[in-house]
Amino acid sequence: MNANKKTVIVFSGDLDRAMAAFIIANGAAAMGNEVSMFFTFWGLNILRRPDKVKTQKSFLEALFGRMMPRGAERLGLSRMNFGGLGALMMKYIMKQKKVNTLRELIETARALGVKMIACTMSMDVMGLKKEELIDGLEFAGVATYLGEADESNVNLFI
Amino acid sequence: MTEKFINAKGLQCPGPIVQLFRETQACSKGDILCIEVTDQGFKKDIAAWCKKTGNELLSLEEGGGVIKARIKKN
Repeated sequence: MNANKKTVIVFSGDLDRAMAAFIIANGAAAMGNEVSMFFTFWGLNILRRPDKVKTQKSFLEALFGRMMPRGAERLGLSRMNFGGLGALMMKYIMKQKKVNTLRELIETARALGVKMIACTMSMDVMGLKKEELIDGLEFAGVATYLGEADESNVNLFI
Repeated sequence: MTEKFINAKGLQCPGPIVQLFRETQACSKGDILCIEVTDQGFKKDIAAWCKKTGNELLSLEEGGGVIKARIKKN
């Protein structure tokens, strides 16, 4: 086990939870840790590109794609979302208090060398294609996650 | 040995330690970093950060809502 390694599973696609995941990941990287984040199920929506990308999809995949938020800027809150109004209010307050936006946190994570891994099985289930996700990701499955979790001394499920 | 000043005032967690980490990577062993922060969590965070990264906290003071820390890179 390596006390300098941390792994995070990002299962949720809620704005607040995604922010918590990235704040912890960036903090860990700034402590000199090697950090891997595994994005699965709704967490994949955090990594979607904000623009529409043309892809070949089945009817259900396309429907899923339309119903899920397209990227970090369109996520809702886990509580008090009120159809997106809560998320807007939260973003307004965060801006006032100079808290980094989720997009900025993702950029910082990338600059600090945080590994971001998209779960290919979840991508398949939800009909998300590689070209719909942001650049700089790795694509892997559960064995990769388990391999890295085995070596790390902190593993979070968010 | 050089001394570097970092203005991290106004940054929220984890901004200050991220900035400090980046600056320490850019300087050499023995260099002193002087950082000013307004995020109140930094007061405790800096000790944990120094312990984990193996750097030395030379001084920590607070005044007027600003926390000042001097760190020696090891």
